[in-house]
Amino acid sequence: MDQLFALSVVVPLLVAAALVGVKPLLSGRRRVLDAVAVLTAASVTVMLLVIMARTDGGDAVYWFAGFRPVRGIAIGIDFAAGPLSAGLAALAALLVTASMIFSWRYFQQVATFYHVLMLTFLAGMTGFCLTGDIFDLFVWFELMGVSAYALTAYRPEERGPIQGALNFAITNSVGAYISLSGIALIYGRTGALNMAQIGAYISRHPPDRLVVVAFLLIIAGLLVKSAIVPFHFWLADAHAVAPTPVCVLFSGVMVELGLYGIARVYWSMFGTALGHRAAISHVFLALGVLTAVVGALFCFRERHIKRLLAFSTISHAGMFLAGIGLLTPLGLAGAAVYVAGHAMVKGVLFLCTGIVLHRLGSVNETLLHGRARHLRITGVLFTLAGLGLADLPPFGTFLGKGWIEDTGESHGMMWLTPVFILCTILAGGAVLRVAGGVFYGLGDPPAEEQRMARGANEETSETDADRQRTPLTMLIPPTVLVAVAIAIGLTPLGPAVEAAAVRFQDQAAYNATVLHGAHVAHPVSPFPVEAAGITVPGVVRGLVSAVGALLLAYLALYRRRLPVLRRGYQPRVGLSALAEGFQSGVINDSVTWLVFGLACLGGVLALIIR
Amino acid sequence: MKPAHRRWLFLAGAAGLAAFYLWGLSGLPGFGNYPGPYGPAILRIAVAQTHATGVVSAVNFEYRGFDTVGEEFILFTAAVGMAIVLRTLRRERERSPVDEAKDRDAPPTSEAVRTVALLFTGPVVVVGWWLASHAQTNPSGGFQGGVVLATAFILIYLAGEFLTFRGFSPAHITDAVEAIGAGGFAAIGLAAVCLGLPYLYNFLPLGETPGAVSSSGTIALISFFVGLEVAAAFILIISEMLEQTLLIRSGGD
Amino acid sequence: MQIFPFIVVVWIVGAGLYGIVTSRDLIHQIICLIVVQSSTYVLLLGVGYVTGAVAPYFNDVPVHTPAVDPVVQALALTDVVVEAAVTALLLAIAIQAHKRFGTLDPHDLAEFKG
Repeated sequence: MDQLFALSVVVPLLVAAALVGVKPLLSGRRRVLDAVAVLTAASVTVMLLVIMARTDGGDAVYWFAGFRPVRGIAIGIDFAAGPLSAGLAALAALLVTASMIFSWRYFQQVATFYHVLMLTFLAGMTGFCLTGDIFDLFVWFELMGVSAYALTAYRPEERGPIQGALNFAITNSVGAYISLSGIALIYGRTGALNMAQIGAYISRHPPDRLVVVAFLLIIAGLLVKSAIVPFHFWLADAHAVAPTPVCVLFSGVMVELGLYGIARVYWSMFGTALGHRAAISHVFLALGVLTAVVGALFCFRERHIKRLLAFSTISHAGMFLAGIGLLTPLGLAGAAVYVAGHAMVKGVLFLCTGIVLHRLGSVNETLLHGRARHLRITGVLFTLAGLGLADLPPFGTFLGKGWIEDTGESHGMMWLTPVFILCTILAGGAVLRVAGGVFYGLGDPPAEEQRMARGANEETSETDADRQRTPLTMLIPPTVLVAVAIAIGLTPLGPAVEAAAVRFQDQAAYNATVLHGAHVAHPVSPFPVEAAGITVPGVVRGLVSAVGALLLAYLALYRRRLPVLRRGYQPRVGLSALAEGFQSGVINDSVTWLVFGLACLGGVLALIIR
Repeated sequence: MKPAHRRWLFLAGAAGLAAFYLWGLSGLPGFGNYPGPYGPAILRIAVAQTHATGVVSAVNFEYRGFDTVGEEFILFTAAVGMAIVLRTLRRERERSPVDEAKDRDAPPTSEAVRTVALLFTGPVVVVGWWLASHAQTNPSGGFQGGVVLATAFILIYLAGEFLTFRGFSPAHITDAVEAIGAGGFAAIGLAAVCLGLPYLYNFLPLGETPGAVSSSGTIALISFFVGLEVAAAFILIISEMLEQTLLIRSGGD
Repeated sequence: MQIFPFIVVVWIVGAGLYGIVTSRDLIHQIICLIVVQSSTYVLLLGVGYVTGAVAPYFNDVPVHTPAVDPVVQALALTDVVVEAAVTALLLAIAIQAHKRFGTLDPHDLAEFKG
């Protein structure tokens, strides 16, 4: 079983290398290429699910090249994973498999190395989730990054992909290099790169300035990857231009990996050392709520469907961060389940958008009004996913969000629930507005200024053949993902997920397992364990969000004549003018906000932990 | 955002971040006082355990070999990514290099550059090879040797011989070499797995004298594969850029 | 002397970031990104230095002579390769930008807002 750890990362890498090596032989055989890629991704999914099941009783640790720690000093690199880590990696692999099946017919002619890049992307994500060494984390982060930058620039003949890929690459690279500085800093103090060893060392002394600075620097790159405000400016541009199957991965799992990294760095290394848990919790909560609100507001005013979905991802990333930032096991468990449900639902939304693009050649909501009525199955799937995004029970999203709200309320933050519901209504309402307008022709035909009209012709070169029927390979992945999303909500996995969260948060147990091979039967979390299950208030809140979203969509579709709604959409007035003052889509602006945001966060942390 | 606003916002943020960073750096033990256990622990056991006298290479290819796998594949992915970004698009044609030469009015390469470049090509290959095969003894290794090897090919282009450069490094051969290099490294680790050992365990005989060319087991072998991959990757990177700039034109003109 | 190398690190990061933020040329921005990365090399190597110690190569010196930290040198080596890879990819995208749109100014390339 242990060897599965190594295999889950090495197999996609080896297959990627092999595909490049035999490229001349594969030049006419597109189906072989597709089949190999799908099989590899599927086998990695299975491997990771096995690891997730086997680590239920205790974290599993795998030392590469056989170098076990000597007297508590780690000499080699390890993979240390529990159910949460392995589960996230399995989610990533599942989404890659779905994307590869979707790409089967979506790209009539695919660039030679598309499959290779998807496989290296998968390997990077898997390594990132499973590793227990902070520098190894950085290496897999960069592998994920390089694959993602190349995939975003997939259609270099248009201006959008070029600008999106550059913004993405430069902003994320600056973040990654700042993280590396933090790693060097903490290495200078502790002389270790193993997360457990670093955590053990720095928790022996009260936190001093080096630990605080190292913490912020290390999570800087992760914050950029998670698209937390004000580090989020790259995401909408990258999503608008990357090919649709790739967007599924970006929104479904890449952003969430950044948040996982923050949780992992905090709980395995800095948690005990930094102390001040209440204050740190407030900082994360503030960031999360700010991101959630900003994302939701921008989501609602978008007309470009992929950008709309991207802003909704930003909003949900904020909610995930808030869940993690509450620092309780129920919050972490809620965030985990919410991530899983959201990944499924967002994947379906993007895949359906891809089908619309394939059949109708546009992603502009205004231009598409009423034109997709004949895409019946796609319409049903899109609407279901939209309801799932609005947290309708029994989708997995309502379960996860309910737990986060429960734990917020039991810690005295009664304002968290209304804010979450509002953000969900805005994001869900936007998606349902798209569903109603595009697939069912509801509402007044839009007559407003078509600000996003120029974006309409962006993606016609992705696919170009048979547009009469939607192929089966493009309909099966979204159907399966919707089914999984509903299944997550219905399965009674509360206690198991919460137990996994408790183990994730027990730094002492993690240290003992990794450095001394001890098996800790009953991990302890610094916060009390609350019950996790399907509760009546949770169901009620889910229904409220869903109904609210439907109402908002109805209002948006039928009341466009209302001046207040119309004015909000015009380019130079209101919210739009404010937004353009802050950011004009240039790389320079993104990096400026990155630096400014980090400086503010640094100041806050320095004041708290002194 | 207007450039003036941006500059002020950045300077404010940078001042704050710099102060914060310096505040943290002042907590370090000071230049020259490295305290930590990782370095001395490795130095104590490396030569005896791996029979390599170059401890940095031992760390790179043995103790932290898995990081190096990831890093090598980052380079691999970048070369592959460049092939996608710089590919011939459907509206374009790749013209033959001989056609292009007639249209360009670039000045011919000077005799001095040609002579020196061609003179150095051979020795550079030898140096690159030497570097790539001595990872376990001196501050060289697969990465350094691979880059120097790639430079030998690029010297041919610099001498004005673009056609020869293309002839020496056709795309499918370079791709294959790169794949063998990257895959070979990953496969060596996998071979250990097949023997029931942890991934990348050093299972080859370690040799008698530490520091001899044939010592240190898998380190030397891994370094060889890495050299292949790095050389091929850099040749690919340069040749793709050159093709896109010099050869690929739009339409049928 | 104790903290001087680290002041240099902060200066390099600042200079690189200033270059990225005020640049009007993509190639210039990419080179400034390299400058930002270079600061991490200085930091890594500075952190691992031991006064009066030799390089960790034991061909000519006896095996247990005090040597500087070999791990940071290996990490710096890894970083150089990562940086080369990212830079190569960015330059490829810049080549396409120049070829298709005739401009290397990031302001002209920005099409979407925010």
